[in-house]
This record gives sequence, structure tokens and C-alpha cells, in this order.
Amino acid sequence: MEMQKLYLLVPMAPLIGAMIAGLFCRVIPRWVAHTATIAGVAIAFIASALIFQDVVAGHTFNGTVYTWLTTGDYNFEVGFLIDTLTVTMMLVVTFVSLMVHIYTIGYMHDDPGYNRFFSYISLFTFSMLMLVMSNNFMQLFFGWEAVGLVSYLLIGFWYTRPTAIFANMKAFLVNRVGDFGFILGIGLILAYTGSLDYATVFQKAPGLADTTINIWGAADWSLMTVTCICLFIGAMGKSAQVPLHVWLPDSMEGPTPISALIHAATMVTAGIFMVSRMSPLFELSTTALSFVLVIGAITALFMGFLGIIQNDIKRVVAYSTLSQLGYMTVALGASAYSVAIFHLMTHAFFKALLFLGAGSVIIGMHHDQDIRNMGGLRKYMPITWITSLVGSLALIGTPFLSGFYSKDSIIEAVQLSHIPGAGFAYFAVLAGVFVTAFYSFRMYFLVFHGAERFGKADDAHHHEHEGDHDDEEVATDHHHGLAPGQKPHETPWVVTLPLVLLAIPSVVIGYFAIEPMLYGNYFEGVIHIDHEAHPSMEHLAHEFHSAAAMGIHALTSAPFILALAGVVLSWFFYMKRPDIPAAIQKRFSGIYTLLENKYYFDKINELVFAGGARLLGKGLWRGGDVALIDGLVVNGSARLVGMVASITRFFQTGYVYHYAFTMIIGVFVLMTLWINRA
Amino acid sequence: MSSYPLLSLAIWIPIVAGLLVLATGADRNAPLARWLSLVGAAIGFLVTIPLWTGFDSGSAAMQFVELAPWIVRFNVNYHLGVDGISMLFVLLNSFITVIVVLAGWEVIKDKVAQYNAAFLIMSGLMNGIFTALDGVLFYTFFEASLIPLYIIIGVWGGPNRVYAAFKFFLYTLAGSLLFLVALIYLYVHSGGSFSILEWQQLPIPLASQTWLFLAFLVAFAVKVPMWPVHTWLPDAHVEAPTGGSIVLAAIALKLGAYGFLRFSLPIAPDASHELSGFVIALALIAVVYIGFVALVQSDMKKLVAYSSIAHMGFVILGFFMFSAIGVEGALVQMVSHGFVSGAMFFCIGVMYDRVHSRQIADYGGVVNTMPKFAALFMLFSMANSGLPATSGFVGEFMVILGAVKFNFWVAFAVATSMIIGAAYNLWMYKRVVFGAVANHHVAELTDINKREFLILALLAAGTLWMGLYPQPFTEVMHASVNELLHHVANSKIQ
Repeated sequence: MEMQKLYLLVPMAPLIGAMIAGLFCRVIPRWVAHTATIAGVAIAFIASALIFQDVVAGHTFNGTVYTWLTTGDYNFEVGFLIDTLTVTMMLVVTFVSLMVHIYTIGYMHDDPGYNRFFSYISLFTFSMLMLVMSNNFMQLFFGWEAVGLVSYLLIGFWYTRPTAIFANMKAFLVNRVGDFGFILGIGLILAYTGSLDYATVFQKAPGLADTTINIWGAADWSLMTVTCICLFIGAMGKSAQVPLHVWLPDSMEGPTPISALIHAATMVTAGIFMVSRMSPLFELSTTALSFVLVIGAITALFMGFLGIIQNDIKRVVAYSTLSQLGYMTVALGASAYSVAIFHLMTHAFFKALLFLGAGSVIIGMHHDQDIRNMGGLRKYMPITWITSLVGSLALIGTPFLSGFYSKDSIIEAVQLSHIPGAGFAYFAVLAGVFVTAFYSFRMYFLVFHGAERFGKADDAHHHEHEGDHDDEEVATDHHHGLAPGQKPHETPWVVTLPLVLLAIPSVVIGYFAIEPMLYGNYFEGVIHIDHEAHPSMEHLAHEFHSAAAMGIHALTSAPFILALAGVVLSWFFYMKRPDIPAAIQKRFSGIYTLLENKYYFDKINELVFAGGARLLGKGLWRGGDVALIDGLVVNGSARLVGMVASITRFFQTGYVYHYAFTMIIGVFVLMTLWINRA
Repeated sequence: MSSYPLLSLAIWIPIVAGLLVLATGADRNAPLARWLSLVGAAIGFLVTIPLWTGFDSGSAAMQFVELAPWIVRFNVNYHLGVDGISMLFVLLNSFITVIVVLAGWEVIKDKVAQYNAAFLIMSGLMNGIFTALDGVLFYTFFEASLIPLYIIIGVWGGPNRVYAAFKFFLYTLAGSLLFLVALIYLYVHSGGSFSILEWQQLPIPLASQTWLFLAFLVAFAVKVPMWPVHTWLPDAHVEAPTGGSIVLAAIALKLGAYGFLRFSLPIAPDASHELSGFVIALALIAVVYIGFVALVQSDMKKLVAYSSIAHMGFVILGFFMFSAIGVEGALVQMVSHGFVSGAMFFCIGVMYDRVHSRQIADYGGVVNTMPKFAALFMLFSMANSGLPATSGFVGEFMVILGAVKFNFWVAFAVATSMIIGAAYNLWMYKRVVFGAVANHHVAELTDINKREFLILALLAAGTLWMGLYPQPFTEVMHASVNELLHHVANSKIQ
């Protein structure tokens, strides 16, 4: 009983904080808004930590909070499932959220929407917690859409900017495409198991492994394949997998704290979490796993390439996030669910760190986000510099840092997987290591090292290259870039403290967590793997001896060499010989154009889907409603009536109430006639 | 159970109140007319609350039944009663009447008494439709309720109101006549009974069932409205004053759908099965085709009107899957649509009252001058796109889930509305509310006042309550929906 109250407290505390900050955002002073929301999230974090202890001690929970709806034989409930997977997510979400809340005090210091912003991020924390704590598909979908809503509100936070309000609508709609698949998957589950409760569904799923359904033509499809692919389409939307990734880079229009919280650490990993949660279903369909694997591999590699050519500091990190999400998805496809969750966790720390570091740089640079205008910042922003370096090293998989343990495990798991597509995926994740190291350190060098390029009188050139952030000035007192002679400055402690606190787990968490999480019994009974069909995790366990041994062994392995090569090459290209990348850009202008246009996904979507829908709508409206139905049928018959009526027009007075009166009389007359007739 | 004739009170209190309001006469007594209307509407709503609190959700039988002879010679009775299908609509209708009276409070300055009286009388008549268990009584209320609506559109409507009213008239005429013929057929066939409940037990050969079904279909399809007899609705909405649009969307559209459940399905179950494919096809066209049409509307009222048609497509689809989740999902959708579309039309009305334009292009950046309004409008736009935690989600979710079991591709088609619906709502919201202040009209806007806030807050409370905890709403439906499905599952051919 005691614990159940604690479970409820975890999502409710941020919700109450959000309501205080949101409903009274016009009347309360700023300190009330941030105190209330930070207190709410802090309570949620502490409660999560207590629950974590309890869960590790072996007390899991699966129970109902209230019955949402019953209909027919179906029962939909709101409830909690508290196990190791849930509590891992709860800790990650509440910790990163707490850091971001504190950071926001500094980042949004001058923004008129301060209270509103705190309300949104607390509401997000609530939604995300409801999502991960759910014990059923209905509530999962609920949280799924709720985080989408808050993401929409936050991307469009600066609602006067045309780019922001375009980006948030795009994000919502692309996510809806994913949700479309997701809800069909949920529908299939309900139709065949009669329940949306995880425990019931997972219990019944093995019995449905051989069920086929007729979807298209004569061929029968495995039910589980169709269901899992439908569910995964949902994950593709939320976790930004190709081709539904297009919204994530644009989401950088939102303020940086939410890029860290929502679009790097937590919300975008909801899809990864979901598939891990559904492991008993995905394990029943190797076809679906192959699909997951290939999509993940494409995302991991090809989104990494795009990171190389970005000049907006946030966009580099955004493409890096896309690529890392691809890595997690690859792990899922290789049935290494625990590895995916492990990478999700380490990534949450170091990517939140990188984003917040980027945000700190942006503050230091007075809201100039173009890395070509930076350089040499290490002198002026030492804490940001060191923590960003830590984050970058963790990201590229430097041995003994957290990212190394999770990423190397993914690569090995894929190597050991033999499902269709695994060969391509292995190549993609391996090549991705080089790409990751290259773009990460390109950014790192350009920002923190080399010549100081800021504060030039003529900074017009960064206005022209892309329209992504040049209407910054709309937000009050956000001036753009440093004035001539002005120097960047280190940010206040509310900004740097979260950086330091995030840097610590970015360094150490992998070393301590890998053994229990991947090879211990931490996820026993939570993540289900069919070891006969998908043995890669089992093989991986055989090869693993200790975290230290893994780190030492890695120093001679291919991924480490690739990462090192990436760092060295980026140093050579951008510090020593900046003429080389320029020459390459000229020499391979075709590829460069392709990358610059992000493989033309946006253009195709804009033209085919958005344009097509508008065209279709116009066609149906003008052709169908206006011309055919109204023009021909309705007004045509009206004209016919009109002709007839021209004979009887002297009955017409033109007053509606006369007609109305006549109708009533008519009814009475008819009834009278009828009575008298009999 | 209460011994008061609650249903009669629900019908006649608004009508009597309406007549009293009418008696206040000219506009110099407008404040009196307003307060009298509000009191009448409020009492009318309060008397319907015991219908829910005193409802026996375990019983599928008609409750709060009142039976008195009306025209003895033809066995026509004043026979009223509610079951789990109709009860909520009586409450919704009475609730919306309060909203409508408040919505016209400062806005309507011309013929105030007549305006409010029309709404009150219409409210009573529509309660009559939802509670009538006698064919003639139903038909009388069904036809009579249109008169106030004609008047509202015709007198307080926009410039093109005559065309709109005429179009509506033309559409309904054919339907009403066929409906009357069907009623007379049933009267003869049943050996002299107008009792709807008796008709539901009547064995009817398939051919006759088919004719009956088609007659009902024409009558109800126009009211729903279903594609392709929907084109009167956008015109009617555009011309109607805000209050008229609210009632039209929130209640009047439910009448046709309710007719399907009260007449078509139980009286002609075999024909319903035979023709379900045809009806479902029409419903899917409504959802998909109309969704795309809504996307390209430049007039906000037209856009929301088209979205109503798409939402009603969900309702009809839910009915004709003949499953509990489908029918209950459809009923939930109907109630939800009452809150959400009512609120959407009110939101547009709020802007229209200030700028006198419904064109999306005339707005932009409304959030800068009306932040409170923007927040509430966001809530309803999201509810209209079926966002979880709002009522708009519940019905769509149920119907889509039911549809997957029914037929995967039907579910596929109907689920596209998740994308299209979000697209037209959010695109409109973006163009109207977000962005920099577009013109001096927007710059001069004042945020919603206390009255407008109250209305939107009431509707928001309903929307959120139903989204977060729909159980009380569906609980009362179970017994009656099961009874209905039992009817539909058993052939009436002998």
C-alpha cells in the first residue's frame, strides 16, 4: 500500500507542478513557477530512486489505478507496471528532467514565456512517466500522444516565428503517421487477444505465433509480423526512424532545454522503450525484427552523414541523435533489447549533456548558433568546454566511458545476429562509428578550438545560408550574435551545474551498469528473448568477462580504430587544412547537394504528401461537392422545382415564418383528414 | 426512482419557458428575456440530472416511462421513455441549451426574446425526439424541431440565409415523406400500433425490411448528414448565427444517428445486415473524402462543418459494425462531438464577433492578443483531432479498435482520419492563432471576457472529464446496447 502511493506520486508531482505554473502563469512570479515545478520533478526523482531500491529488492507491481472504460467484453484500465525496465526509464526521465528544469532557469532567464515554459516541461515529465509506467496499451497510447502534444507546444514555443510553427505542425503530423500504424497494431492486439493489458497479451501471444491473417491478395500474413510492424511504425514516428525522421531536425526550432529533454534524452526514445516492452511479441516474428534492424541501420548511417555538413550547432547534435536512435533500433532488431535500453540510458545522459552544452554555447554566443562563427571558446567557457568534451568522447565510444559500453555492445550484438539484414546492419553501425567521431569532433574543434571567429563586424553571411534561426530577434531581448570586440562568457551556475551533474554519469554509468543490465538478471522476466531463434545475446554473454576487460580489449578493436580515425581526420580537416573539406565539397558537389537537401525527404513530402493532399481536397471539393452534388443534383432539382413553382408562385410570400406556420397547419390538417376518413 | 414525470418536464419546461420569454415582447425588455431564458434553460437542465443519477444501468428496459393516450382512435399515445442509448442525449441537449443562451447573451441585440424563445422551444422539442416511444409523437417532434432552426437561420443568419434554408428544406423534404410512409406501413403491418417498441418485435419479410431500411436511410442520412447528402450542412453552418451552429452541430446532427439506432437497426435488422456494406462504404467516404475537403476550406465555419461530417462518419461506421465497442464508441463520439464541435463553433463565434470575418486569411497571430482564448481553442482543436485525454479520442479509439476486428482495411481507411483530422485542425490553428500579429484587426482584439470564459470552461470540463474518465458515460449504455445488438443479431424474417 505504501509503495502504491509512491507510484502514484511519481507522475502526480510533476503534474501538480505543471498545473500551478500553467494555470496561474499570468499571476504568479517566476520563482513560484520554477520552484513548484522543480519541487515536483525532484519529488518524482526521489520517489523513483526509492522505487528503484524496492524493485531491485524484488518487489515488482502490476495493478490498476482505475477502470477507464468498459465496453462489450473489453476492459480498459489505467494502471502501473513497475519492474526494472519501468524504473530504469523513470530514473532516466526524472533525472534528466530535473537537470533540464534547473538549466532552464538560466536559459530562459530573459524570456517572457518563462512560467509557461516550466509548465510545459513539467507536463511533459508527467506524460512521459505515464507512458513508461503504463501496464497496458491504451495508457501507453495515451502517454504517447500526450508527449507528442507537449512536444508540439514546445517546438512552437516561440509562436511568432514562422519556422517554429511550421516545425511543430510538421512534427505532430509526422508523428500522427506513426500513430496511425500504432493504433492499427493496438487494434490487432485487441482483436486477437481480447485485452490491452500487457500481462494478458504477452501470456496469450505465443499461442498466436502461427496465426495468419489475410491482408492482401491470396497470401496469408503472420499475424505477429503484421502486428509488430504496425507497432513499430508507431515507434518510427516517435523515435524518428527513416522515413518518418523528418520532424526531428526541424524540432530544433524549440528552445534548447527541450531539445535536450524531449528531442534527445526521453521522448524520442519512447519507441525504443516500447519495442523493448513488447519483446515477447517481437520475438515471435523474425520478419518484423529484420524490418526493425534494416530501418535502424539506415537511420544510423545515413543520418550520421547529414551531421557532417550541418553548421548549426543544434542541428549537428540533432542528426547525431537521429543516428544514435538508429543504433538503438538496430539493437532491438538484433534482439538485444537490454542493450538498446542500456544505450538509451547512456545516450540520455551524454546527449542531454551535449545539447545543454550547445545551449550554453548559444547563450555565451548571444544566440548565434552557427559553428562557423565560433572557435576558441575553450578559453572563455571552460566548464562548458570540458563537459562538452566529455559528452563528445562518450558519444564516439571512447573506451571506459558510458557510450563505449553501450555502443560496442550494440555492434557486437549485430555482428552475432544472423537474421536477414544483419550483414548490412553490421556494416552500417561500424561505418557509423567513424562518421559519428568525425562529425562530433568537427563540431567540437570548430567550437572550442582554433581561431576565434566571433565578434566580427560582418556577420551577415550566416543570415543568408539558411532561414532556420534568423528570426530570433522576435523573441524579446534576444540579440543575434556577438557584437564586434565582444567576447563570449561562461554561463551562470544554474546552467553549468546540470552540465557537471550530467557529465558524471556520462563517464561512469556504463562501467558500472553493463554487467548487471546486460548479463545479470536485471531484466529477467521483463525482456523476453527467444534464444533459439535469436541467439546473439547469449553469444554476447559468453564473450563478456568484465567491464574493465571489455575496455582494454576494445583498444585493439575495429570500432575504436575507426573512432580514432574519425577524430584525427576531423582535426586534420578542420584545424590543420580547412582547404581540404572545401575542396572535397567542390569536387563532390553532387553528393554535397544531396546531403544539403537531406536526401530530398522534405521536398518529396512537401510536394507529394502535403501538396497531394491539398490538391485532392480541392479536387473533391470543387469537383465533387460544388460541381457534382450541389451543381448538378441539388441546384438542378431546385431549378426543376423552381419551374414548377413558377406556376404556383402566388402561394409564396417569401417569409420563412409563413412557411413554418404552413407546415404546422399542414401536419394538423393531414391528421384531421385522416381521423375523419376512418 | 422519482415519481415526477421527468421526461415531460424535460420537454415542456423549456417550451413553456420559451413561450414566457416570447411574452416579454420587444427588445426594451431584453435583459428580462435573457435572464428568463437562462433560468428556464438552467431549470430544464437541472430536471434532467436525475435521469442520470436515478438511471438503472443494469436494465435494458425503457425507464422513466410515461404513457397516456393521445389520439385514441389511432392508438397514438403520448409515450415517453429513455434507455441507455437516449438518456445521455437528453442531458446533452439540455446542457447545450444553457450554453447557447449564454453564448448569445451580449451578441444578440436584435429580437432577443424571439431568439432565445426559438432555442428554448427547439430544446424541448429535441428532448421530445430523444424520448418519444410512439411513432407519431416522434415524427411530430422530429419535424417540428426543424421549424425553430429554420427561423434561427432565416432571421438571425448571414447574407445567404435563404439559399441555405431552402437547400436544407429540399434535402429534408424527400426524407421526411418517405419516413412518414414507412411509419404508416409499420402501423398497418403491426395491426394498428404506433409503438416503436412493438415495431421492434415485429416479424417483417426481407423485401419489406429493405424498403423500410431505405426509407429510414434517406430520412436519417440527410440529418446526420452522410455523404452525398451532406452539402446542406456547410451552407447552413455558414449562415447560422453562433448559437444556431452550436445546436446544429451538437444536437441536431445526432437526431439522424439516433434514428438509426431507434428505427433502422432494431426494426429492420436483416436489411441492416444486407445493406451494411453499402452504409459502411458511405461512412468511410464521409471520413476520408470529407477530411480532404475540410483541409482546403478557407472559411473556418465550413472547415468545422466538414469536420463534423467526417466525425459523424465515425458514428455511422460504429453502428454498422454491429459490435458493442463499435456502437458504444459511436455513442461516445456523438456525445463528445456535442461538446467539441459546440466549442469549436463557439470559438469561431468569439472571433467573428470581434473581427466579423470567418476567413482564415483574415487572421494570424491571435495568440498575441488573446492568449486565454488561444489556450482553450488549442484544447478544442486537439480534441477535434482526437487527442487522448479529451473526449474526442475515446469514441475514435473505440471505433478504430472495433473496426480492426471487423475488417482490417476498413480500420485502415478510418484510421487515416487521425492524420487528416490533425492536419486540417492544426493547419487552421497555425494560420489563425500562431504567428506574428497579421493585421490591425488582430492587433485590436480583446481577450475573452468572463462570460465567454465560462462557456468554454464548461465545455472544456465536459471534454476533459469524458476523456479522462469515460466509464460513467459508457456504463449506462451497456445494457441497452447489448439489447440492441441482440435484436440485430436475430433475424426477423419468418
